Parts: sequence; structure tokens; C-alpha cells
Amino acid sequence: MNAPPTTANEELFAYPQDRACPWQPSPGYQDLGRRGPLHRVRLWDGRTIWMVTGHTQARRLLADPRMSADRSRDDFPAVLPRLDAPIFKPIAIIGFDPPVHDVHRRLLAPDFSLKHVRAVRPQVEELARRLAADMLRAGPPVDLVQAYALPIPSMVISELLGVPYEDHEFFEAKTVGLLQAKSAEDAERAGRELWDYLDGLITRKEREPGGSGVLSRLAGQVTEDGDLTREDLLRIALALLIGGHDTTSQMIALGVVTLLEHPDQLAALRADPGALPAAIDELLRLVSITDVSGVRVATEDIEIDGEVIRAGEGVLVSSSMTNRDPAVFPRPYEFDVHRTVGDNAASGRQHLTFGFGIHQCLGQNLARMELEVAFSVLFEEIPGLRLGTPLEALPTRSGGTMQGVHTLPVEW
Amino acid sequence: MWVSADRERCISGGRCMAATSEVFDQDEDGIVVVLTSNPAPEQEDRVRKAAYLCPSRAIRIGDGPAGG
Repeated sequence: MNAPPTTANEELFAYPQDRACPWQPSPGYQDLGRRGPLHRVRLWDGRTIWMVTGHTQARRLLADPRMSADRSRDDFPAVLPRLDAPIFKPIAIIGFDPPVHDVHRRLLAPDFSLKHVRAVRPQVEELARRLAADMLRAGPPVDLVQAYALPIPSMVISELLGVPYEDHEFFEAKTVGLLQAKSAEDAERAGRELWDYLDGLITRKEREPGGSGVLSRLAGQVTEDGDLTREDLLRIALALLIGGHDTTSQMIALGVVTLLEHPDQLAALRADPGALPAAIDELLRLVSITDVSGVRVATEDIEIDGEVIRAGEGVLVSSSMTNRDPAVFPRPYEFDVHRTVGDNAASGRQHLTFGFGIHQCLGQNLARMELEVAFSVLFEEIPGLRLGTPLEALPTRSGGTMQGVHTLPVEW
Repeated sequence: MWVSADRERCISGGRCMAATSEVFDQDEDGIVVVLTSNPAPEQEDRVRKAAYLCPSRAIRIGDGPAGG
């Protein structure tokens, strides 16, 4: 294995950089995107990796089996200090290559299929209406994150996994602690608390078989010499619990901000509710909530666009910038809910917010449904909704890749 | 136009079924099922989009009555 390339070159673009606007990539990324599809950037630890901003190049690389997602490899880049924590090495499913990846993903596919998602939609609608009614009763101002954006995905994933929702304050706080940690030590501390919690939960499920949810079902399939060990199950539980609520809640929050700041687009959507599914994909494209479509390490030299990505070099695909490749998305920085309607419906789903290749988001259909329900119910039940703070004063997340707000004050 | 799907490569993303449920379905395990290997002419654009959007490149298409 090659040594990871490092450089002391301070001139190189430092990754990541904070956004100046909640729904637009950092000005520095926009500048990179204008210069070409492939860039060398410098990470916090001095390591140099490739940053991909071209859509075609991103699709090719993310679907290339010579690109490894194995986070336990020594040459896998830690894009942020927190990702150096042992708890992230490896992350279930997204941090594994085939064949282990494929076996674990197949175990989960039925629960995240489009059919299953469509079947649970009425319950999610009922939940959203109840939360909106609670907000109306409480009266303004309300923190939309705590009152609406977070409880929807948090309750949905709890139900799906078989995690008791009454523990939500604990697992939500520890998830934020893990994902927003500024150091590997802080991430590890929060991650281990979640790990111990899930360990206890799975132990209870092993003692009392027949419970509901994915974790109860999988607890009955654990064998130490088979496809699913107990440690595998714990890693899967951790990845699904974290991945199932944080990004979706922040996408609801920033989606609401984006819609409120584009009153013409919100009005267009109200006038044409049939455009909602396509508008969700346009919001996913624009907001690019995780800002990353995937991180990989090359296992062989790969030639692309006249460049060579050497074996052992890290690659980070920017979702916010590949989603603004003007060759694929005309007027890429504009929010246009009608960008993808009609005959063009499928082409609007070309955004790489959920990634591409075998690691494309397992929960993408669940997330789309939750977003559709969240926006339609919220603006129907509280039509006079507005921001309770100037846009510039929103307490946005900083210093990482996953976008979001700590709170979202709203009024009506 | 003919269309086929490699069920071994499928990762159950459901992009094909979202593009057109006239041609693609998912079985109980979430794996792709092709409902008709010769889609109607008005479905062809959607089938092409499905093939493009498939993250694991499990969908194959071609001209003519059969193939794959």
C-alpha cells in the first residue's frame, strides 16, 4: 500500500469551507467549480486529496469498483478531525466494499424499498399534522427544528428500527455530539455512548424475540461465523439511527428556509401541488445538505480527463458543486421548482445529493417521502409561516461538511 | 426497444420504479423486476432515464425486440 500523499503546500485550497448562504456552496467551492472538474485540496491534517466538482467525472468515479469506500484502510482520508475517531472505522455499509457491503445492504433493502415507504406514508402524514397542531397550540415563536423538523424523521426511524422513541432526546443529542464534534476524542465519546445504548437495546431484543422493527428482525439472524455478526448488527444499528434522522431533519429545516426566502417559488408550488415530488428533488439538488456525495480512496491508478488519480490517493466528490455543473443543470444556482416537471421529470433526479454507485443512500426513498409530507403539511397547516430571525442571524452549523442550523425560529 | 435488469447488481434504489412503474417493479426483497422486456414506445424515454439513473448500473437497454 502506498503512503498517503501529504504536502506542506499552504497555497492549496483548504477543505472544507463554510457557506455564506444556507442553500449555496461556499464561495471558494464556486470559484473551484468555474476552473474545472478536478482539483487538489488540502485537509486539516495536511494531506492532499482530489475534490471532484464535475458531474460526469463524479458519476464515473463513484461507480468505479477501483474506488474503495473502506474506512478501515490506512490510506482512507479523514476529511474532518472527527472522522479519525475509531467509531467511524468502519461505518456499517457505506464504509465497506463488496462483498460485505452487498450482503448487509441486501439484509436491509426490503425495509427501505419504495413499496415499503409508500405503505408507511399515511402514518407519517398523521404525525406531521399532529406536530403542526401542537405548534399552532403553543403559538409563535417556535423552534422549527425541535418542534417539527427533528421529530418527524426521528420518530419514523425509531419506529422502523424498533428503537424506543422515548429515548429520542438522548440519541439526538449524542448524534449531534458525534456529527458536530470538532475532535476525534469528542466524536469517540459521543459515539461510544450511542454504541453502549444500542448494545443494551439489542441485548433486550435478543432476550425477548418477536419485537417490531428492523433491529428485532436482524437480532434473530446474528451468527458469529455467518453474514451478520453481533458487531455488524451494532454497526448497522448505529449507522441507520444516525443516518436516519440528522440529515433529514436538517434538510427539512434548510428546505423551509429556502422556500421562505423564495416566495415566488413557494407560491408556484402552492398553485401546483402536483409539482411537489419534482420540487423535492430540486431542493435536494440545491441545498445538498451533506455537501459530499462520497469519499473514496483509489486502489489502482485511474486515468480521468487527462489526470491520473494514483493508487492510495483520496477522492472527495462535492455534491453542492456536481449539482451545479452547468452542462447538466442550466442556470445552476437558481432555485426553480419547475426545473424538473413534465417530460423532464426523471432528468431532474440527476443530482448527486444521495451519491451514486453501490453506496447511493439506502434511505433516499424514505427521505423523499418524509420531505414531501413535511413541506406539504407545514405550509398547508401554517400558511402564514415566516422566519423569526433575519436570514443572516440564523445559527448555522460551521466547520464541517454537513449543513444545518442549531435552531430555526419561526413565526406566523 | 428491449430492457433487462441484472438482479445481482441491483441495490434496491428504486430509481427505475420511480421513473416508470409501468416497466419496473420491486419484489418483496426490494430487488428490481422488469414487467415488460419490450416497453411501449411512449415509455422509452422513461426507460432510458431509468437506465441512466440506476446507481448500480443494473439496467441494460438496446434497440430491437430482444437482447441482453
